[in-house]
Amino acid sequence: MTILVIAEHDNQSLASATFNTVAAASQLSGDIEILIAGSGTDAVAEAAAKIPGVSRVLNADSAEYANDIAENIAPLIVQLAPNYSHVLAAATTFGKNTMPRAAALLDVQQISEITEVKSDDTFVRPIYAGNAMATVQSTDSVKLVTIRTTSFEAVAEEGGTASVEAIGGTGDAGLSTFVSQEVSKSDRPELTTARIVISGGRGMKSGDNFPLIESVADKLNAAVGASRAAVDAGYVSNDFQVGQTGKVVAPDLYIAVGISGAIQHLAGMKDSKVIVAINNDEEAPIFQVADYGLVADLFEAVPALDSELG
Amino acid sequence: MKVLVPVKRVIDANIKVRVKADNSGVETANVKMAMNPFCEIAVEEAVRMKEAGTAEEVIAVAVGASSSQETLRTALAMGADRGILIETDETLEPLAVAKLLKAVVNNEGPGIVIMGKQAIDGDNNQTGQMLSALLGWSQGTFVSNVDGSGDTINVTREVDAGLQTVTLKMPAIVTVDLRLNEPRYASLPNIMKAKKKPLDTTTPAELGVDISPRVNVISVNDPPAREAGVIVANVGELIDKLRNEAKVIS
Ligand SMILES: Cc1cc2nc3c(=O)[nH]c(=O)nc-3n(C[C@H](O)[C@H](O)[C@H](O)COP(=O)(O)OP(=O)(O)OC[C@H]3O[C@@H](n4cnc5c(N)ncnc54)[C@H](O)[C@@H]3O)c2cc1C
Ligand SMILES: Nc1ncnc2c1ncn2[C@@H]1O[C@H](COP(=O)(O)O)[C@@H](O)[C@H]1O
Repeated sequence: MTILVIAEHDNQSLASATFNTVAAASQLSGDIEILIAGSGTDAVAEAAAKIPGVSRVLNADSAEYANDIAENIAPLIVQLAPNYSHVLAAATTFGKNTMPRAAALLDVQQISEITEVKSDDTFVRPIYAGNAMATVQSTDSVKLVTIRTTSFEAVAEEGGTASVEAIGGTGDAGLSTFVSQEVSKSDRPELTTARIVISGGRGMKSGDNFPLIESVADKLNAAVGASRAAVDAGYVSNDFQVGQTGKVVAPDLYIAVGISGAIQHLAGMKDSKVIVAINNDEEAPIFQVADYGLVADLFEAVPALDSELG
Repeated sequence: MKVLVPVKRVIDANIKVRVKADNSGVETANVKMAMNPFCEIAVEEAVRMKEAGTAEEVIAVAVGASSSQETLRTALAMGADRGILIETDETLEPLAVAKLLKAVVNNEGPGIVIMGKQAIDGDNNQTGQMLSALLGWSQGTFVSNVDGSGDTINVTREVDAGLQTVTLKMPAIVTVDLRLNEPRYASLPNIMKAKKKPLDTTTPAELGVDISPRVNVISVNDPPAREAGVIVANVGELIDKLRNEAKVIS
């Protein structure tokens, strides 16, 4: 059996999610191969070949793959899939967009966002915003699976010596064209991989108050996140959202500031090792999952935290 | 142009679900049900297209037990013109739903299908992408803005890195994210009117679609519980605990 991992990258370097996906693949029996679909991807393919445990890298360097268009990448996965027992991708917006399209073309029922590998055909995945965990067994001959990155610790980036093989493109499907991407620039760690995350909610009252938590974030080398309410209100952009329908994070330390703790928010952070909640309502449900709760006005507590951290 | 909107009946988003004692699933008896929140946003978008004159007819379609009629009536009260129930008591997987929806698309010939990005029960996030694949259409997923009409539309997608704009060739599948719009509440007169709107029922067999499950559910369990924490008196104590007890900051 051989497992195909669909790499995630920006045509220049591998995204961290790829290392988590290889980690999940290593829990299945079989060789691991990686598909790089992109444009100008030689450096990415070389990086993938260094991942320990990977036996072969397929480098599909072709213009139609430049912008992660699912309509173009899915036919490539469909063409390759019959040679594999499993096709794995991360449950990021890239994986969520691409994998079901390939699965349908292969007549396979995808298994979404697994958090555990039980065996080659049986997996655990959260349902109902993580309020229940389903153990499911796939009966399809090829298994298409997306993985929750925070549940599989990233493998090492270096040490392997896989071969790289160039493969041809499948052409432009002519259905979707990339126009532009607005990427939020930040010097802080990436939200999904940061060791510490500090998130603000509706209690922050305005985007103008986010510098309060940003200053703490910089002292702790933390990423900044937000609740849906904070994003909806325009305090911060959509890529900050943590939760059932945003990003899932599981840092060593998660600090929730002015966040009530709705189940949809908890779905994105309750696997954090240590949770701190700062909220002036002692009844807020966030305190039920917090290891350390501080009932206080955030506009006093956060500046105090900031100055005591030096 | 016709707009097709698939809507799913799910446990209300505000309810904390409970796992059944026999671990076969979650408790659904006597639990408040509602339209999947993302589907509400899809219905709202379709109704707005009709109000703006870019769509002539909005058709809501649900796959599920006869109780899904209620969800269709909600869509009709929000402004959809008619409903189609594909009635079945079987467990439904996204691939099967996509095949059923494909059959409806072939019968109805919509110019666009607008649907939720995710149903909040199974959290699968698959059906729209699968339907798009089966039809060979373009797909705009996790959409927070739709622009234009005609042979192509531009959609803004909420992606992990930020916001992405893509041009879709029509006909297209659009799966909606939370920030696309704020769905209206149906007014009482519209709820009354909805009762008289047409609602047809069909079955997977009539549509000629095999919906047998591909995935066996072995068990459904509670997630690991977190142990109760402590309330600290002040910021000084918090920092002390984080440094010396939890050892997560230096
Ligand atoms: C389908 C669906 C999907 C969703 N997905 C997500 C998701 O992915 N992520 C997400 O976060 N939400 C999601 N939600 C929304 C979720 O249900 C909540 O509405 C949201 O998380 C609330 O955000 P909040 O805690 O910031 O705001 P609120 O619930 O309004 O809480 C604000 C908190 O701030 C506190 N506060 C106010 N002022 C102060 C102060 N001065 N000092 C200290 N504390 C203060 C208040 O006591 C309150 O507890 C989703 C909802 C639905 C229906
Ligand atoms: N049983 C169903 N009936 C109607 N629409 C559905 C059904 N299941 C899924 N959908 C549609 O597909 C979207 C995504 O669902 P899912 O792929 O299950 O997360 C939903 O928001 C609906 O628009």
